[in-house]
Amino acid sequence: MKLKTLASAIALSGATLIAFPSMAADDTIKVGVLHSLSGTMAISETTLKDTVLMMVEEQNKKGGLLGKKLEAVVVDPASNWPLFAEKARELITEKDVDVIFGCWTSVSRKSVLPVIEELNGLMFYPVQYEGEESSKNVFYTGAAPNQQAIPAVNYLKDELGVERWVLAGTDYVYPRTTNKILEAYLKDMGVAEEDIMINYTPFGHSDWQSIVADIAKFGSEGKKTAVVSTINGDANVPFYKELGNQGISSEDIPVVAFSVGEEELSGLDTAPLVGHLAAWNYFQSVETEENEEFITQWKAFTKNPDRVTNDPMEATYIGFNMWANAVTEAGTTDVDAVEQAMIGQETPNLTGGVAVMNKNHHLSKPVLIGEIQDDGQFETVWETEGVVPGDAWSDFLPGSKDLIADWTDPVKCGNYNTETKTCSGQNY
Amino acid sequence: MKYLISFCLLMFASWMPVHAATTEVLLEQLTTTKLSKLPDMVEQLEAQGDESLLPVFRAWLAGDLHFVKDSKTIVVETDVQGKEVYIDPFSQEQLLGLSSKDVKKIKVNNKLRGLLRGVIARIQLTSNNADVREGAVRELLSDIDEDTFATLETLFPKESNSDVKQMMQTALSIYTATDKSNSQITRVTAIEFLGGSLENDVRNVLLKLSRDSNEVVAAAADKALVNINRQVERYALVDQLFFGLSLGSVLLLASIGLAITFGVMGVINMAHGEMIMLGAYTTYVVQLIMPNYIDYSIWVAIPAAFLVSGLMGVLIERLVICRLHGRPLETLLATFGISLILQQLVRTIFSPLNRQVSTPSWMSGSWEINPVLSLTLNRLYILAFALLVFLALVFILKKSSLGLNVRAVSQNRSMAKAMGVKTEWVDAMTFGLGSGIAGIAGVALSQLTNVGPNLGQAYIIDSFMVVVFGGVGNLLGTLVAAFTLGIANKFLEPTTGAVLAAILVLVFIILFIQKRPKGLFPQKGRAAE
Repeated sequence: MKLKTLASAIALSGATLIAFPSMAADDTIKVGVLHSLSGTMAISETTLKDTVLMMVEEQNKKGGLLGKKLEAVVVDPASNWPLFAEKARELITEKDVDVIFGCWTSVSRKSVLPVIEELNGLMFYPVQYEGEESSKNVFYTGAAPNQQAIPAVNYLKDELGVERWVLAGTDYVYPRTTNKILEAYLKDMGVAEEDIMINYTPFGHSDWQSIVADIAKFGSEGKKTAVVSTINGDANVPFYKELGNQGISSEDIPVVAFSVGEEELSGLDTAPLVGHLAAWNYFQSVETEENEEFITQWKAFTKNPDRVTNDPMEATYIGFNMWANAVTEAGTTDVDAVEQAMIGQETPNLTGGVAVMNKNHHLSKPVLIGEIQDDGQFETVWETEGVVPGDAWSDFLPGSKDLIADWTDPVKCGNYNTETKTCSGQNY
Repeated sequence: MKYLISFCLLMFASWMPVHAATTEVLLEQLTTTKLSKLPDMVEQLEAQGDESLLPVFRAWLAGDLHFVKDSKTIVVETDVQGKEVYIDPFSQEQLLGLSSKDVKKIKVNNKLRGLLRGVIARIQLTSNNADVREGAVRELLSDIDEDTFATLETLFPKESNSDVKQMMQTALSIYTATDKSNSQITRVTAIEFLGGSLENDVRNVLLKLSRDSNEVVAAAADKALVNINRQVERYALVDQLFFGLSLGSVLLLASIGLAITFGVMGVINMAHGEMIMLGAYTTYVVQLIMPNYIDYSIWVAIPAAFLVSGLMGVLIERLVICRLHGRPLETLLATFGISLILQQLVRTIFSPLNRQVSTPSWMSGSWEINPVLSLTLNRLYILAFALLVFLALVFILKKSSLGLNVRAVSQNRSMAKAMGVKTEWVDAMTFGLGSGIAGIAGVALSQLTNVGPNLGQAYIIDSFMVVVFGGVGNLLGTLVAAFTLGIANKFLEPTTGAVLAAILVLVFIILFIQKRPKGLFPQKGRAAE
C-alpha cells in the first residue's frame, strides 16, 4: 500500500518535472514546492509536498486559474539549510515559478529569505514559528507565538490552575524565542522566578530519564505543575515514553506541546500519552463539513484510508486557497499585485469560521487546545472565542514591543517602530 | 455519608426502583451533557452511591464509555482480538450488531479523570483485594475531607492487612495534623507518624504545616521534613546511578558491534548506525507479522535482527569493504555512502515517518521499590540484556574457533594466511558478527526510542566515542567506557543541563585521548602493532 502511494507520488512528481516542460512556459501557472523529501525533515515535510500536489490537482479540476492550468514544480532541498536557498533560486530563476510553498524549520526559512527578497519571489510558509519576522515576500499561514503558546498558557493557568511551569524545549531558535516570550509573559502575570524551570535538550535527544525525574521533583512541591513543551520532532517519543514509564500521568503533570500533531502521533503507541495536551489551530477530529471533505479528499489522494491530517496541512490549504483567490482578484500572477491582493483575503477554515490575512502577512485564526486520545486523535477541550490575529512582533519582548508590521500604504514596512515612527533598515 | 446512603439503599429493597430510575435518568443525561458540565454529573452519579456503577466509572476513566446514538443507552467498548465490541456495563454481556458508527464517545478530560479516580478509590475502599484497597487509600491521600476521614476511621479497626492499615493511618494522620481544632499534642503526634512516610502527598502536607501559625506544630513538621528529605536524597542518588547504568547499557549495546568491526578489524564503518536501524525495523516487521503475540515478538525479533543485519554486513563486506582493504579514507567515504543509501532505502520502503513498535506488556511499567524510588522495567531488562550480549561476545571471541581465527587475522594477517586461515572468509564473518550484534542493539533501542530512518545517526558518534575511549580492539575497555560515559553524563546532567553535559563529556574525551592516545585499555605486546 505504502509502496504504491510512494510510487505514484514519485511518478506524479516525476511526471510534472519531465512531461510538462515540453509545453510553452506561458500555458501554465507554476507552483513551486520547496519541501525536504529526504534527510531528517522528510518525516514532516513530505506530507506538505503531497498536500500542495493535491491542492494543485483540485484547482485544475475546477479549471485552473486565469484560464491556465496549474503546474507543480517539486524540488528536494534534502533537509540541508543552505540547499534551501539554492533550490529557491533555482525555482525562481530557472523554473520560473509564480509562487513557492515551502520550508518547515525556521533556519530553512531564514536561509531562503535573502534569495526570495532579492529576486522578489512569493512564498507561503505553513508552520508555527517563533515570530519576530515579517517579510514583504512571505506569507505566514502557521501560528505565531500569540496564536499557540500564549493561549495554551492561559488555558493551563485558568482552567487547570497551574502555578509552576516547566518550559522544556529542543535547543534551537524556535523554542528559545518562544520560551523567552513565555517567560516574560509568565513573569508579567506574577509568577515567581523559582516557579519556572527552563530546560533545553539537543536535537533527537533520546535519554530523558534524569530530565523527567527532575520534572517530577519540580512538580512534587505541592503546587500544580505543567510542562510547556517545544520539544521538536523525534525527541518527543522517548520523552512521552519516559513520562509514562516513570508513572507521571497527565492529571499529575500535564504536558502541552506545540510540535506534536496527528502525524507525529501516528508513529507511536499513544497509550502513555492519553490526556496530555497540544495547542494548534486545527485538529483532524473537529467536525465540520469542510474538514470532512478535506479528509476524504486527502485519503483518496494518498490512497491510504489511515492517513491523518494535521495543522500545517490546514495552513497549506488556507495559504493555497488565499493565493488562488488573490491571483483571481489581481488578474495576474505578478508578485507585487498578488501581494497587495492577498491582504484582507478571507478563506474558510477547516475548523469552521473564516481565516483573514492581515496587513502584517499573518493570519487571524482560532486557537484550539486538545487532549490526546488513545486513537491518536485530539479531543478539543477548549477553544478561543473568535479568531486571534497573528502578531509578527511579540508584545512581551523588550526588543520588539514597539514594532509592528504593516505592508499597506503608507507604512509598507515589516518592522515599523511605533515610538520613533521609523522603519528600521533591517530587511526582514 | 455516601456509603451510609448506599448501604440504606441496598437494605431497603422497596427504594430500589426509585433509585434505579434516577441512575438511569442521570446516565441518559450523560449523553447530552456538555464537557464543561460533566464534573457535576460525576458528583451526582456518585451521590447515587451505587457500587454497580463502578464499571461505568472505570470505562469512563479509560475513555471506553460510549452511548448508542439511537437508544441513548450506555455501552462500554472493549477490544476482542483487535476488533471493537460493545458490552453492557451492568450485565457485562456483549451487545451484538453494534459498530463504531452507531456509537459516540462520552468525553473525558484531565479534570474528569481526576474526579473519577477519586470516585473509584472511594468505592474501592471496601474491595476484597488488599492491593486495591491500599491503592485506593493512597489515591485519596491528596484530598481527604470530613466524609473520607469518617469512612476511613470506621474501616480502620476492621482492616486486617498491615500495609493497608499503615496507609490508612497515614491518611488519618494527614487529616488529624491539618485539622486546627485538634490539640497541639494530637497534631504533633500525627506529624511524628507522618515523618516515617515517603509519600509525595505527605511531603506536601508537611511543607504546608511547616508554615503553620502554631510554632510547635511548625517545628515538628520541619523536623519530619528534614528526616524525609534526607531519605529522598539518598534514593535520588540511587536513581541517578541507575539512570547512568541504563544510559551506559544503551551505549554498550550500540558500540559493541563497532568494537568488533572497528576495534578488531580496523574498518571505520560509518554505516554501523544503519545496522542498528535495520535491527529496529526488523522488530517492527516482526510485530507486523504477529500482531496478536506482541509479548513474544521480541524473542523472534532478536534472532531475526541478527540475521538481517548480519547478512547485510556480510554483503557490504564482500561487495565494498574487501575491495578497499588498507585504504581507511576510502573505506570511510564508501561506508558513509552506504549509510545514506540504506537510510533512503528505508524511507522509500517504509515511508519517512517513524514506525510504531509496541512494548511487550512484561516490559512496560516500573518496579516500585518505594514511593520515591522506582526503576523502569524496560531499562532494567535492557541493562541485563546488554551484559548478556557482552558476555556472549567475549565467549565467542575467546572460546570458539571463529574467535581464534578472528584474533589471529587481526594480529597478523599474512602469518594467519600462511597458517591456512581463510582470511577473506574470516573478514566477512567478523564483519557479519559485528553487524549482527548491531542489529540486536536495534531491537533493544526500538523499545526506547523512535524507529525511523534517522535512528542510526543518533548513535554513530556515541559508538565511536565509546570504542575510542575504551581502547581500540579491547572489549572490556568498551564495557568500562560505556558505563563510565553513561554515569558521568547522568551525574553532570542535573547541574549542567543535557546540552552542556554532552559537550563536557566530549571535551573530557578529547583531553583524555591527548594524554592516552590508545584509550583506557591499550593493547599490549605484538597485537599493539
